[in-house]
Amino acid sequence: MTTKRVGGSTIVYSTPPVIVSAATVAGPKESEGQMAQWFDELVPDDMFGERTPEKAERRFMEDAIKIALGSARVLPEQVNMIFAGDLLNQIITSSFTAEGFGIPFVGLYGACSTMAQSLTMASAMVDGGYADLALAVTSSHYQTAERQFRYPIELNIMRKSTSQYTVTGAGAALVGRSGGKVKVTEATIGKVIDMGIKDPNQMGPAMAPAAADTIFAHLADTGRDPGYYDIILTGDLGRVGAEILRQLMAEKGVPLGDNYSDAGILMFEGVRGTGVGGSGCACSALITYGFILKRMCQNEISRALVVATGALMSPISWQQGESIPCIANAVVLET
Amino acid sequence: MASPGAKKQKADERAKYQRLAASIVPKPPLVRNMVVAFVVGGLICTVGQGVINAFMSRGMTQDEATAPTLATMILIGSVLTGLSAYHHIGEFAGAGAAIPITGFANTIVAAAMDFKREGYILGMGAKMFIIAGPVLVYGILSGVLVALIRWLYRG
Amino acid sequence: MDYLVAFLVGGTICAIGQVLLDTSKLSPPHMLVAFVVAGAILSGLGVYDKLVDFAGAGALIPVSGFGHSIARGSLMEAERLGVLGLFTGALEFTGLGITTAVFFGALIALVANPKP
Repeated sequence: MTTKRVGGSTIVYSTPPVIVSAATVAGPKESEGQMAQWFDELVPDDMFGERTPEKAERRFMEDAIKIALGSARVLPEQVNMIFAGDLLNQIITSSFTAEGFGIPFVGLYGACSTMAQSLTMASAMVDGGYADLALAVTSSHYQTAERQFRYPIELNIMRKSTSQYTVTGAGAALVGRSGGKVKVTEATIGKVIDMGIKDPNQMGPAMAPAAADTIFAHLADTGRDPGYYDIILTGDLGRVGAEILRQLMAEKGVPLGDNYSDAGILMFEGVRGTGVGGSGCACSALITYGFILKRMCQNEISRALVVATGALMSPISWQQGESIPCIANAVVLET
Repeated sequence: MASPGAKKQKADERAKYQRLAASIVPKPPLVRNMVVAFVVGGLICTVGQGVINAFMSRGMTQDEATAPTLATMILIGSVLTGLSAYHHIGEFAGAGAAIPITGFANTIVAAAMDFKREGYILGMGAKMFIIAGPVLVYGILSGVLVALIRWLYRG
Repeated sequence: MDYLVAFLVGGTICAIGQVLLDTSKLSPPHMLVAFVVAGAILSGLGVYDKLVDFAGAGALIPVSGFGHSIARGSLMEAERLGVLGLFTGALEFTGLGITTAVFFGALIALVANPKP
């Protein structure tokens, strides 16, 4: 049997699965940015007509799945498993949504890195022959994240110079054996890295070392340099975290070039009141399944390294004075 | 687990990284924030002075006017919160919106509005004072202690 | 004139709070607690009474004035009723405000929904 791994932590899919279809559903603030043109559905009401924001977040995820299945003309019964995650306690958005579709469900939690985590797992199942079709889905919502991790919505709070803004939306990718242009070829699973940052307003600085570690491991495993990719995208480091990542990579001797961008920065470029950029599971999902995938389908780019970053703290851990453990998971998309 | 040497090395790495991060994290615009907090906070207090003066013009002493003035300002803060205006003031003015008593009202009403979705008893009722609670607890603790000491040492 | 003094003193107290938020690790709730305790202590030292006489609302409206009002009410009633007054007086000046906040807060929350 041929090995399906290179180096210590990089999966190489032997028959790379393809992304059969993908869908992105974005909230109101996300629709104001320059990225809006790449999203499939723009929802002007962040409450989606629902009574609670938690229900609204589920509607975002549901719609993403429906659009992804619809554009591939696939019925829920034909999907063998769904890998989904979100930011809420006990990942209620994912499990409640999965119940509605009746697809066998694996719930994942990697905070905002769940997008890459779910795509990695779905692709592994398809490549391994355990699934013909598998869904990878993630969502986040400004209101649900804010009230779970921070303060009530109406509270008077001035954002810090490093604060980020949780993206409202959901992204879904249907992974299969054939019928799509973009292949998932490799994935690098990250280690949990904690460099002792404790301030929950400093997610970018907390997550940057995890991103650096995973990117470095990926390049070392595959023997490539950053220039191999048309785009290297981190999930939600924001402007501050992205700058730190550049410094860290330069220190390691593999500086990132102009092909590096961050989904959090792209998401809210020119949108007022969003701090140093977007964050949340939907941030990397919207940019990857919208902006990157569509440009790959249009032959504008052919190789992308998506590094979704996640901060694995809980309100309890930071109230108890613990620092913020972080993770970054990478997937390679190629046409 | 890690040996003492490895622990020391990890601590050094963390310290080094935190210095790097601190050098890149932008400093808050302190002067801008102070000026805005000063002006907005000052304006809210000026409104409060108008309320005190209105009560005092009806023959109340300043002591008598204190309670109804605080209540009036709290009512104003509550209504602005209900209109979804106060958090925008807070986003703009920081401590200028948080420190006046209107901000205290905001913390109570904001929590009530937010947590009612978990029910009126366990949500709104239980969590209304999630931020104002510490202010009340430590205000009453320190206020009573201070009064006790003054009272014991009264001349 | 009293308006100008209220503006200047109230504004200064808020600006000090902003400096605390921007230069220390205190979160906004920590900062509010620090101010309410500081107000009570300054009241005990007799300083805050003088500040209220001078600045009126400029000293009463900031949350430090809330701490002062609790200490002052407590002391006032203690002088009248003895040790019981320490406790009955704590909310002498602030009870009306707290009741207002709970009553109208609940009413408003019945009809208003959060909008980010």
